[in-house]
This record gives sequence, C-alpha cells and structure tokens, in this order.
Amino acid sequence: MNFPVLSVIVFTPMVAAALILLLPAEKRNEIRALALTAAAFALILSAWVYVQYLVNGMTGYQFVEKYDWLPALGISLIFGVDGISAPLVLLTGIVMFTGVLISWGIDDPHAPTGIQDRPREFFAFLFILASGVFGVFASLDLFMLFFFYEIAVFPMYLLIVIWGWVKTREYAAMKLTLYLFIGSVVALVGALVMYWTAGQTTGVYTFDMRALEAANFSQAFQNAWFLPVFFGFAVLGGIWPFHNWSPDGHVAAPTAVSMFHAGVLMKLGAFAALRVGVMLLPQGAQHWSWLIMTCAAVAVVYGAFIAFVQTDLKYMIGFSSVSHMGLVMLGVSTLNNNGLLGAGVQMFSHGIMTALFFAVTGMIYDRAHTREVPELGGMGKVLPYASIGFIIGGLVSMGMPGFSGFVAEFPIFMGVWSKQWLVAVVASVSIVITAAYIMRIIRGVFFGEMPEKLQGHISPLTALDKIAIVTLCLFMVGIGVFPAMMTPMVQTGVQHILSLLGGA
Amino acid sequence: MNSLIPILPEILILVLGLLILILEPFRKADERRGLGWLTAGGLLLTIVLSLLFGRPGQPVSVFGGMLRFDWLGFFFKMLFLFGGAATALFLMDMKEINRRGEAYVLLLASLLGMNLMAASANLVMLYLAIETTSIPLYVLAGFLRTDDKSTEAGFKYLLFGALASAVMLYGFSLLYGFTGTADIYALKNILPQGLFLGVVFLLLVGLGFKVSIVPFHFWAPDVYEGAPTPVAGFLSTVSKAAGFAVIVRLFVIAFPGVLAADWSLILAVLAAVTMTLGNLLAIPQKNFKRMLAYSSIAHAGYTLIGVAAIYASEASLSDLGVTSVAFYLLVYIVTNLLAFGLAAAFARVAGSDDIPAYNGLSRRHPWLALGFLTAMLSLAGMPPFGGFVAKVLVFAAAVKVGLVWLAVVGILNSIVGVYYYLIVIKHIYLYRDEATENTPLPITRPYALALTVLALGVILLGTVFAPWFNLAAAGALTLF
Repeated sequence: MNFPVLSVIVFTPMVAAALILLLPAEKRNEIRALALTAAAFALILSAWVYVQYLVNGMTGYQFVEKYDWLPALGISLIFGVDGISAPLVLLTGIVMFTGVLISWGIDDPHAPTGIQDRPREFFAFLFILASGVFGVFASLDLFMLFFFYEIAVFPMYLLIVIWGWVKTREYAAMKLTLYLFIGSVVALVGALVMYWTAGQTTGVYTFDMRALEAANFSQAFQNAWFLPVFFGFAVLGGIWPFHNWSPDGHVAAPTAVSMFHAGVLMKLGAFAALRVGVMLLPQGAQHWSWLIMTCAAVAVVYGAFIAFVQTDLKYMIGFSSVSHMGLVMLGVSTLNNNGLLGAGVQMFSHGIMTALFFAVTGMIYDRAHTREVPELGGMGKVLPYASIGFIIGGLVSMGMPGFSGFVAEFPIFMGVWSKQWLVAVVASVSIVITAAYIMRIIRGVFFGEMPEKLQGHISPLTALDKIAIVTLCLFMVGIGVFPAMMTPMVQTGVQHILSLLGGA
Repeated sequence: MNSLIPILPEILILVLGLLILILEPFRKADERRGLGWLTAGGLLLTIVLSLLFGRPGQPVSVFGGMLRFDWLGFFFKMLFLFGGAATALFLMDMKEINRRGEAYVLLLASLLGMNLMAASANLVMLYLAIETTSIPLYVLAGFLRTDDKSTEAGFKYLLFGALASAVMLYGFSLLYGFTGTADIYALKNILPQGLFLGVVFLLLVGLGFKVSIVPFHFWAPDVYEGAPTPVAGFLSTVSKAAGFAVIVRLFVIAFPGVLAADWSLILAVLAAVTMTLGNLLAIPQKNFKRMLAYSSIAHAGYTLIGVAAIYASEASLSDLGVTSVAFYLLVYIVTNLLAFGLAAAFARVAGSDDIPAYNGLSRRHPWLALGFLTAMLSLAGMPPFGGFVAKVLVFAAAVKVGLVWLAVVGILNSIVGVYYYLIVIKHIYLYRDEATENTPLPITRPYALALTVLALGVILLGTVFAPWFNLAAAGALTLF
C-alpha cells in the first residue's frame, strides 16, 4: 500500500479541527468553508476506498497499514477495512459532508438556520467526533479501537450540551455520556482480559484483532466474557434494555449531531459489538445468541410501538432508530449468512435514512419552531425537496422494494426465519407499525392545511440543504435499485465472520 | 568527583537555592518576581545537565548504602524537577508570594527532599528526606499570613503531618529493632509475617498521609482550598508522586515474597476505598480546588491499583505494576498541574475558585476554556489525553495479575469521575454570565508558557505514549 489512505481519512477531520480552532472566531464563513473542504476531502477518499474495494472484488482486510505504537505491550496502530467496515467508512464520510452542509447556517436575522452560536467550536468538536468514528471503523487493533471509540463519545457531550435543545440538553447529554462511557469501560475490562488470556496461551501479547481472532479462547471463557463485551458496545447500538439514552439524546442534539448520532454513532456500537464481541468470541456469541435475539426482537417491536404514539417528530425518529437498530442486532444474532448480510446493509441503509430524517426535521424546526406533528402541516407546498426526501426516507424505513431498506430487511427476516420462525413473525409486526407512523408523519407534516400561524413564515430551503437531501436520497435509491453496489462487498465480510463461527 | 554524580540534581538544586538567597537582598522588592524565572530556568537546566551527565547505569548503592542510584529514582527526580519548574512559574504572579525569595527557596528545599525520597535506600535517610520535603511545604501552605484560610491550611497540614510522620517513625524504629538493619535492601525476607502486619499499618499512616489515601486524607481538601493555588498544585502532584516513589521502592524491595501477598491485598482494599470515597465526595463540591482535592484522593486510589498489581505470585512480582504506577504519576503530575495552574490563572484575575464563577469562560477566554477541557477530560480518562492511557495501563496491570475485581471497581469509579469533571466543563461551556463575559481575562507570560507546555504535554502523553512508557518500564525493571 503506497498511499496511506485510511490514516489520511481518519486524521483529516482531526487536523481540520485543529486548523479550525486556530482561525479567529469572527471569520465564520472561512471556518465553514474550511469545514466543508475537509468533509468533502474525507468523503472523496472514503468513496475511493469503497469503490476500489468493490470494483477490484477485494476480500478480507484491505488497505492495511501498520505502525508500531507501543511494541512493549503489542499495541500498534493498524488500519484496514473489510467488506463490512468499508461501507461504514463511506457512510461516515457522507454523513459528515451532509452534516456540514446542514449546519452551515445563513447569518440571516429573520430566518436563522444551522449553527449560529460559536460555529468554530461546533465544527471543531464535530470533526473530532468524526475522526473518532472513522478510527473505530478502520482500526484493526483493539487498543486503538477503544482509543477512537472514546474520542467519538466525549465530543457528543459538548455538542449536545452547548448547541442542543434548551429544554432537555443538560439532562440528555449527561445521560448519554454516562451510558456510553459505562458501556465502553465495561467492554474495556473484557478486552484486557482477552489480551492477557490470549497472550498466555499463544505467548504473543498483542492487541492486533487479526491475531486475537485466532486465539481460540476456551468455551467457558467465551461464555463468561461475551456478555460484558457485546452489551458494553451494544449500548451505543441502542439495544433494548439499554436504549434509554438514545431517544433523549437524539431529541436534545442539534441537527447535524442528531444525524451523526443516529446515523453513525449507533452503527459504531453495533459494529464494535460485532467486531469485538462476535468475531473475537464466536462461541460465546453462539452460546448467547438467544439472549441477543430476544433483546433485539423486543427492541424492534417496542421501538416501533413507542414511535407510533409520539407526537414530537424527533422522538418519533429516535424511537424508530431503536427499532431499526434492533433489526441490525436481530440480524447479528442469527449468526447465519442472510442475517449478517442484512445487518451489514441495514447499518448503511439506516444510517443514510435516519440522517435524512433528522436533516429534514431540523430544517422544519428551524422554520416552524415546533416539532409537534399536530402543529405542522402543508409543508409539501413550500418545501418540496424536504417532503420528497422525507417520503423516500419513509419508503426505505418501511422496507419498500426498490429502496435500500428492502435490500437490508429482507435478508434479515430470511435469516431470522431459518433460525427461529416465531421471532420473525413477531418482529415483522414492526413493519406494519412503521408504515403506520411514517405515513402519519407524512400526512400530518407535509400534506393537509398549513396552520395559519405558520403561513408566510416558512422560508424555502437553501441550496446547501437541497444538495444534502439529494446526496442522501441518491444513495438510498441507488442501493435499492442496484443491490450489487453493496451486497457482494458485505458478503465478503460475512464470509469471514462465518468462517470464524466455524461455518455455522 | 565521580562519586558525586548520583546526587548531581540535588547539588544543583542546592546551588540554585543558595544563589537565590544571595541574589534576593540585592534586588529591589518589585524586581524580585524575576527570581521565579531564575528558579524555573535553573530547574530546567538541572534537568538538562542531569540528563547529560547524571544518568545512572547499573543500579548501585552509594554513600554507604544511604542512596540508591538507579533509573527508577532518576525518572522520578526528573519528574519532580519538571513539576517544580512549572510550580515556580505559577508562583510568579501570585500576590504576596511572587516577590518573596523565601517562597522559591522553600520550593527548592522541598524538591531537594523529594529527590532524596525517590533515591533513599535506608530508613534513616528516608525519614530525613521526608521531613526535608514536608517542613518547607508546611510553611508554603501557610505562606499567606494575612489570609485566615491559608494560615489554617498551613497549621492543619503541620499538625496532621507531624502526627503521621511520628507514627511512621515508630514503624521504622520497630523495623530496625526487629531486624537490626535500617538498610531497605537488607530487610528482604528477614521480617516475620506477623510482625510485618503490625509494621505495615504504622508505615501506611505516614506514607498514606503523604499520598492522601483514605483514611489519612482528611487534611487534603482544607489544605488545598486554603493554600496558595500553585502550592496546592505542588502538594497534590509532585509531593504525592514522591510518596508513591517511596511506597513502590520500600514495598517491592523490602517486603517481597510472602509479605507481598499481604500488602498487595491491603493496598488493593485501600485502593478501592480511596477511589470510591474520593470520587463520591468530589461530586457535591462547589469549590474547584476542593473538588480537585477529592479528585486527587481518587487518583491516589487509581495509582494504588497499580501498586497492588505489582504482586503477581509469591515467586514473582509484576514489573508492569511498577511501570503503570510510574506512567500514571507522570500523566497525573502533568494533568493536575495544568488544572491547578488554570485555576490559579483564573482566580488571579477573577478572584474566585468557585465552580459557578467559571460560567461563560468559554466566551471570555476560549483558550483557557480549552485548557480546562483538556485537563478535565484527561483526569476523566478520555483519549487522546494522557489520562486514558494511564488508566488503561493501571487496569491492564490489575487484570494481568488477576485483580479483575479491582479493575472493575476502578472502572466504575472512573464513571463517577466523568460525571463531576463534566459538570465543570458544563459551567465553562454552557452557562453564561453576562456580567463578566466580555471583561478581559489577562494571562501573564509565565502562566501562558507553563500552561501551554503542560496542555501540549497532556496531549503528547496521550498520543505518542511509547517513549514515556519505555522510560517508565526501564525504571521499573531496576527494581527487579
């Protein structure tokens, strides 16, 4: 590998954050331009990695870079992507890019949008977060994975508490941070135990996950440590019963952070649970798969029902995220080809979809200053882009064929059916509920009569907003129509997991 | 001449102190602030000269077995000198201290004692070193004679300190009485287990006081709150590290084997209690320095995890335990000095150490706010700051020797820690204070210099940690 593309992707946001902090706070537009440039650069590189992986039919870990960091303890900075993480790197690039577009903020005193208060600090913290997210998806070293994982968690606190929704931000930010921190440190103990145990059996002390995959931990060890490791990470994936932080966090966060949070951070949890929990402790995963399946199924149905009764748009989408991330976990818990494949695609699909939902919600809130569905209406006429975008997202959410949601959810249900048909039946209830609340939102927000007090106050979308919406929609439709853009690639990652599971 | 190389840093400190005493009367009172530059510069020069000419080779006992000349001691000495230099810079703009040459001389005298503490190989020498360290600190803590709180702090520190060292001295005398030797390196394996249990408690009173572990922590919050902020920073970092340097050397060298199982268990329990109490009591604090006092108690607990994790089995001790302690102290010194320095820089202008006084700071002085963010997140154990690596190493050391329960307690505690550190950040970044927000907050040059170096140090320790780890590991290996 000549060009260290993954390290450049991971450290671009970090460097950009440092540069942004060095700019004077008054130069708001320069700050925004720098942020957008960096985000576009990261997006192009991550797309390049994705396309290379896909077009060249790569398998296994690719673009691997290794730098010895602390040889005495076997800590190295190892980057590399496989068929499951490459799409997630791309997802992060997309969400980062669109997130910057959405937060640009026009300094118009009549219709302030985006981030007006201290944009310098906002973009710096957002980019540190992005750097951490890229790092987790690209790390093949367990220590570095934790390193980046924590980097991805703490800026959340600042972003929510400073720029969040005044009513709940302090409570939600602290709750979110503590939940995620508890999860990650619990998993950290598990990781340290794995490190020493693997070292004692193989004689080589290393945090390299490729080596740990081959460590052959005993069945008893795997049974004991799988739960702390898996659930420690899955907290961030919003698994029931540890999902509680997530809707509160979504609601309190500013738009771009909600997009990041639901679109990417929750994938971070699911991905790390898969990479560290399932891939390093495969027999433990088999032993406990019934438990994960139960929790995930509850999350799917429960999340959908709670979303149905919400009237606040953000809460509704927040709980729908719990439901959809439940589907990811459900796919993971099957430990079979279809389920894992669907989970991999669903992570990407849901990331794009929910980022779009939050983006549109943010645009509406900026203009109408309310997110209560009963107080909205008729937005379709003034905000056509937003409404078309939301409808496409809604169709993805319902799992409509022709959209990425179908490509993801169909294999998940097939996988679950072959494992335990009853769960598939129960979980499929969520599809109906999802359709119901999505259509309710679409009718209530975008169609019908606009309430009088809103009339004339809704300014049209900016060009940047439109670019963001179109970008996100393109990916959802593209993958729906051409599943070959993604499934073969995810399939290679799934093959590797299956081989670790002993072909089960 | 060569026989003086092992005490090169001490000699240079002494020369520096004398130089200041000589120069002081020749300068007018309002020019004496420059003595701070001299102290800090002299200490940095001492570090450079020691690194060039005073490096240890194979561990040797020198001066009739009074001192040990090895990498572990050397590592700690350099750390103390660095901390001393930062403290001298912080003192320069504190009213009523900055123009008093004694303050700098007392600081240097205390540093001299600490350097000897890190190298002592004999109980008599050790006691002398500890007293040389403590007595100047009593004076420094009560330096602001017109300030009741400072006077109280100095007096309280003196009373507690004198009591604790008397009890410890009794422990030393018992050790000598039962074994017939005061040489730490000769004590190995000659102390019966039953006696050891009695002696170790006496020793822990004195040493536990220095590093403020529960139940010998009562002095810390009052003294930190009352003492001049740079002195409090010095007490909570360098002085504490010196205590740990003694604990590690004494316990590893003098009480290995069967005895190690005992002290490891005792220290593990103390670590758990110390962390938990420190963290829980830090939550309700409204004064930043008091909060830091409880947080520093908690950090003594985390460090003790590493000490307890030195014991692997009766046949072997774990060098990772010692390494993790040395690394933790390195990170902790840099981070906590940063925190106290920031508090001093802020209070010098704003006149308050209360956490609500920090409201609106991020708008008033974004760089100072960023410094607070760095310090708080590092203390909380978040990457890319040093605190993360230090905590992981300590927990890794504990897990390695099978102390998983202790690692779990430590981790639960660090969650509590995150909570109260984030509260400070919330005040700085979220809350506003229209009254002060737009008033300037001038930072003088010594503060700017020291705080920048410390903040960059915290980030450096958290990202490029291999060189520092290797230094700590090299030091640790000299004990085995």
